[in-house]
Amino acid sequence: MTATQERGPQDQALRDRVPEDQTPEQPTTLPRYDEDAPPPLPRASLGKPSPDERFAHIGSWVAGLALAWLVTQKLLPLDGLPWLLIGWFAFGTLVTAVTAAMSGGMIEVKDRVARSVVSTAALIVGAAVVSTVIFVGVRGWEPVTHLNFFTSDMSGVGPKDGFEKGGILHAIIGSGIELGIALVITLPLGIGTAVFMTEVGGAFARIVRTVVEAMTALPSIVAGLFIYSVLIVALGFPRSGLAAALAIAVMMLPIIARAADVVLRVVPGGLREASLALGASRWRTVWHVVLPTARPGLATAVILGVARGVGETSPVLLTSGAAAFTVAGPTDGVMNSLPLFIYANVRSGEPQAIARAFGAAFVLLGLVLVLFVIARLLARPNRVSR
Amino acid sequence: MANVRPRKISRKATGGDAVFENGARAVGASVLLITGGVGVFLAWQAYPTLERYGWSFFTESQWQPDQDVIGIAAVLVGTFSVAMVAMAFAVPLSILMALYISEYAPARFRSSLVALIDLMAAVPSIVYGLWGFFLIMPYAAELALWLQRYLGWIPIFDVANTDPNAAVWDTTRYVASAFCAGIAVAMMVMPMACAVMRQVFSQTPDGEKEAALALGATRWGMVTSVVLPFGRGGIIGGTMLGLGRALGETIAVVLIVSPAFEIKPRILEVGTTTVSSLIAGRFGEASSSQLSALLAAGFVLFVITLLVNTVASVVVNRSRSGAGTDA
Repeated sequence: MTATQERGPQDQALRDRVPEDQTPEQPTTLPRYDEDAPPPLPRASLGKPSPDERFAHIGSWVAGLALAWLVTQKLLPLDGLPWLLIGWFAFGTLVTAVTAAMSGGMIEVKDRVARSVVSTAALIVGAAVVSTVIFVGVRGWEPVTHLNFFTSDMSGVGPKDGFEKGGILHAIIGSGIELGIALVITLPLGIGTAVFMTEVGGAFARIVRTVVEAMTALPSIVAGLFIYSVLIVALGFPRSGLAAALAIAVMMLPIIARAADVVLRVVPGGLREASLALGASRWRTVWHVVLPTARPGLATAVILGVARGVGETSPVLLTSGAAAFTVAGPTDGVMNSLPLFIYANVRSGEPQAIARAFGAAFVLLGLVLVLFVIARLLARPNRVSR
Repeated sequence: MANVRPRKISRKATGGDAVFENGARAVGASVLLITGGVGVFLAWQAYPTLERYGWSFFTESQWQPDQDVIGIAAVLVGTFSVAMVAMAFAVPLSILMALYISEYAPARFRSSLVALIDLMAAVPSIVYGLWGFFLIMPYAAELALWLQRYLGWIPIFDVANTDPNAAVWDTTRYVASAFCAGIAVAMMVMPMACAVMRQVFSQTPDGEKEAALALGATRWGMVTSVVLPFGRGGIIGGTMLGLGRALGETIAVVLIVSPAFEIKPRILEVGTTTVSSLIAGRFGEASSSQLSALLAAGFVLFVITLLVNTVASVVVNRSRSGAGTDA
């Protein structure tokens, strides 16, 4: 194309008659390959450790384990698995450093030690997550295996009754109702605010954005205390699911508004301009271009907000009160929810109740996991453009 | 020809757009009213308490509303000591984890590791509370005993009224401490801080990293000379964001610590109180004036976390990481 533009106006007539691809001045040349050249070898070793290095790496850690076992379990009075692991890390790093010093200088030593420290930290984090999930799973497995755990509530069930009586249906229903109400409040308000902040703009939008960002710092217990002192103490309403839902909504609103704002801000400006240039009004641009483009991101923001809201104990602790029976009406007085059920049962100190709490925690963890996976799946198409 | 002028360009919305704009503005205003209202209400409710007790509200360590002695000195010290323990565990771990994800991990695991960190951030705090209380506390107590035995001469590692070398050690003096609570809170803070740091590290220009490697730097040399300086804003910002969360954390702390109203720098010793655990423990039997005192404590906590978060966002935005860099 650039070649045809350079030729100047005298060729204009010629170009009009002859189609582009038949222009005689531009012979197409294929790139030539050398038939006799050897096939390109993949440079397999680039950046990868050689067998020697790999041997030194693995060997140091094996030697470290042996040394750690010898020192902590046989020489020093440091029995037990934790000390063995700590010793393994210390001696493994030490042996790694020594082997690195044998083959390279100080720089090599630093690099190897840093690598092992960073990898160990990652292992610790992984171990913490896995231990959390497995621990809750193991402790909460027994109550969960009884089907009535999901189909009945705790009314008339004593703290020492077996797992074949009672369940957490009331807590699940309570959590669902409270979150549903909170979502009905926060979803339009949060996304509406985000639309206002990104699409309308202006000085007032900046004030709103500042205040919303500031309010994400509100500790959840203070949100609960706010609803408690306004709705329950000052206005005299009883503790109810509605109050808990409002407390969760106060906590979730800035989080969702801020996350949605971030999502809407990364919608490419070119899409908006294209829509406006085609004659669409701003309202239609938002409804048909901006929001559909941002939909996966918005869904992720909302679901992560819900995951945060469903597990937050402190607002419901202050506002809802723990009922042992199923309450279906949000204004019908005390209503239990999953985090509150866990908290109340753990505080009771009764082994059976604690086991039930672990069962409920297992269910809660599973719920959060499901929400999280849904959020990830929804976010997936968006990740290509990022 | 004289009366041809450029058409006036107006951004003023008409018709459906005006409805949309004003509707959005109304939504924004109502959210401003709700969220700002919480802050204003807290300040308004806190005012009588602050006026009545004055500076002694910040210097008094006892919380005895019956005797008209109310102060949050011990509570604030407790809040900060739990947060500091949490940060001591969470910050190194989150920096290293973020480095691992962005620089060391094999490329095919990277996205699942990111998902793992995000999932950790979504795990409810009460689950971490259970984890800390039932699984970690015995080990933490043992570690505390060891720390006292060998580092007890440092004031913060001292535990009053116990002999670390006694034949049978007094477990009850070492559990339910700020140290134990801090470990559980660290689990909540770590993923948040790590997510921010990882995001900033991953924005490091590839050209600069490759330049460092091409000049013969080892991977660690590349990290210290390119990634860490570039991500300094992210490290500070992530730390501050985590600190803001750690200060306000309630339920894990309530589950683990046993309340004690005493200005106590000895983090390993049983008993402490944070602002949020104070509220969770005392709201039930509070009269209206006590409620005002609790709201004042909550307001102080909110102002502190607000300051911390604001500094964090300023640091993250100011750093080079936020600006789009070429190459």
